[in-house]
Amino acid sequence: MSSLPLAVPRRRRRSVRHTLDLRVSPYAYVAPFFLLFCAFGLFPLVYTAWVSLHEWSLLSETQTFIGLDNYSTLLSDGYFWNATFNTLSIGVLSTVPQLLLAIWLAHLLNRRLRFQTLFRVALLLPNVTSVVAVVVIFSQLFGRDFGLINWVLSWFGAGNIDWAAGTATSHLALSVMIMWRWTGYNALIFLAAMQAVPRELYEAATLDGASGFTQLRRITIPMIRPTIVFVVIVSTIGAMQIIAEPLLFGQSSGGGGGIATGGPDRQFQTLALFVYEQGFANSTFDFGYASAASWLMFLAVVIVALVNFLITHRVKGGVI
Amino acid sequence: MTPRVRRFAMPLITASLLALATACGGGGGGGGSTAAQSAKPGEKIKLTVGLFGDFGFKPLYEEYKKTHPDIEIVENVTQFNDHHSNLVKRLATNAGAGDVEAVEVGYISTFTAQPGKFVDLKQYGLDKRQPDYLDWKWQQGLSKDGTQVLGLGTDVGGLAMCYRKDLFKKAGLPTGRTEVAALWPTWEQYIATGKKFAGANLAGAKFVDSPGEIFRAMVNQAPVGLYDAQDNIIAASNPDVKKAWDLSNQLTQEGLTAKLAAFTPPWNTGFAKGSFATIICPAWMTGFIQEQAKDSAGKWDIATVPGGSGNSGGSHLMVPKQSKHPKEAAELIDFLTSKDNQAKVFKEEGTFPSIPALYDDPSIQNFTKPFFGDAPIGKIYSDAAKALKPQHLGPKEADVRTAIGNGLGRVEQGKQTPDEAWAQVLEDVKKIK
Repeated sequence: MSSLPLAVPRRRRRSVRHTLDLRVSPYAYVAPFFLLFCAFGLFPLVYTAWVSLHEWSLLSETQTFIGLDNYSTLLSDGYFWNATFNTLSIGVLSTVPQLLLAIWLAHLLNRRLRFQTLFRVALLLPNVTSVVAVVVIFSQLFGRDFGLINWVLSWFGAGNIDWAAGTATSHLALSVMIMWRWTGYNALIFLAAMQAVPRELYEAATLDGASGFTQLRRITIPMIRPTIVFVVIVSTIGAMQIIAEPLLFGQSSGGGGGIATGGPDRQFQTLALFVYEQGFANSTFDFGYASAASWLMFLAVVIVALVNFLITHRVKGGVI
Repeated sequence: MTPRVRRFAMPLITASLLALATACGGGGGGGGSTAAQSAKPGEKIKLTVGLFGDFGFKPLYEEYKKTHPDIEIVENVTQFNDHHSNLVKRLATNAGAGDVEAVEVGYISTFTAQPGKFVDLKQYGLDKRQPDYLDWKWQQGLSKDGTQVLGLGTDVGGLAMCYRKDLFKKAGLPTGRTEVAALWPTWEQYIATGKKFAGANLAGAKFVDSPGEIFRAMVNQAPVGLYDAQDNIIAASNPDVKKAWDLSNQLTQEGLTAKLAAFTPPWNTGFAKGSFATIICPAWMTGFIQEQAKDSAGKWDIATVPGGSGNSGGSHLMVPKQSKHPKEAAELIDFLTSKDNQAKVFKEEGTFPSIPALYDDPSIQNFTKPFFGDAPIGKIYSDAAKALKPQHLGPKEADVRTAIGNGLGRVEQGKQTPDEAWAQVLEDVKKIK
């Protein structure tokens, strides 16, 4: 009798704690990520927008608010559009062959092979090499006077190509570097998806006499479409942000030019490199202008990702 | 803690710890930026020295440590461009700069225009060094109003021309340094010599590495360069700049350049392979050649430069205000730039002293280097330094040069005619704020 009134509040307290636990603790678990995201993702994003509305140099103590001036200057800046063109060109040149190659490689590895693990690890190796090492070595391969590629081409009467000097040739060279690093990585993602495709489909197809290529086209690709969409979007976003390759290529090819101009004619200056040039590489340190360019780049990434999503969404018939 | 409490509390604790760590990380840089703390007795003082390239200071540090057992010196070497832009960032954010920072002459006005960011070395009595120095070199290290001593000079880059005797011989040109000097009293004659060299059609060898450094030398020889005395950029209107531009492009158009921009890896390879026969040679370049072309000892020699004397390069050492040990840093600078030590560094590394009393010193006057065929480099560079007429350098000197360098590169890569490139250069220069 006397224990009952005590028991009720305890049970209620317990249930409050229980609800609290159930409702709140999931948020607490994800909180670290979001706190870090706010500090290193959201805050810079918002702050960059604020900076982009100012005449803001790292060197001067005062910043004047100039509204959208930076944006209008930017839209009439030929170098900005040149960088945009280069980014798209290098993006397409590197992403399209890369994904086709990755699917093909994954298809080849998706059978019973000896030393399977060895092959799969080997695919990932270029991705774990430092980008600096990759660019330095490829810049030598693409060297004008003593490069391996020109040497091989000279057997066929071609060669003596100044890779870094031409617009198309430099884009090609950079695309090769990017493909070298990312093809294997994407192939592994595709491979993982392919292994989830039921074996029976292939067995039935083989019985019906379908060739390997037909199987790839008719079974594998339709079955791994969600993964393809994912990889296409991630690669596109990656391609919009290329900076290390052109920066280092410019420094390690003999063409000269400023450290971040991507060749003397800005022939391979990407958007990210343009931002770096404006904000960090010339002695004006024009943060306002660089921030405006970053924001336009961010918008471009969003738009490109959306377009990408819509196209691939339509192609695969509305199922994600 | 009961398991249930733990389940609830741990993520919260983790989250708040992380948040705390983030907050601390952001604010840490500002602390103690201007505080000049001296170390407690018995504790070693660590001085960081930020340089670009090898200044040949390492043996000097060892010597300094013998007399200053409580000092520890760490050298931090980065590439030329990175070094200077990093320094700007570190000054702006008040964190990360070394105790002693080297600044090249192309950037010195950028930094002396911010006297608040650097220690006035007068505070530590270094104004006593003024009589030692070439007057213009001393002036370059002062704040713009001339009241503060912000940097002490290390070296000057008096000009000469280095050339490959073996390639000259193959091309049927004279090889003795007096005869070679007689070939090119002017830049026009230098180009004419280049045409003769090209006429010999040596496989894989061009006359000059690239027009970039030649352009810089020619502009530096003019009484007024890219800036006037009031710090206005006059690249567009100065006839000497246009003349240097035209002559540099003439080198390109006559096919005399190896199209190897200075300080790139292919340029380094070019040294080893003997891809070019001449290169503009400020004193500090001799150290570079020796390093890059190890196998070609004895093949290089040094002659006077066409077009009279000029200065290209040279540095100052400065102490950022954020240094925690400004007194010790100033003492180190005093030591590194002392008369004796500048002489030592010259003999090792080739960077030429900025202290005129040394120029007539027999140990410098008679100094020769076997690598350059026993060329009397002490005498060559002393004469060059004595004849130097200083030129006013502006705050964005480096940016203007980059814009022009890009223009020369576009002509070299066949993208534009010299006129188109010049028009674009002027547009680019206009944008430099």
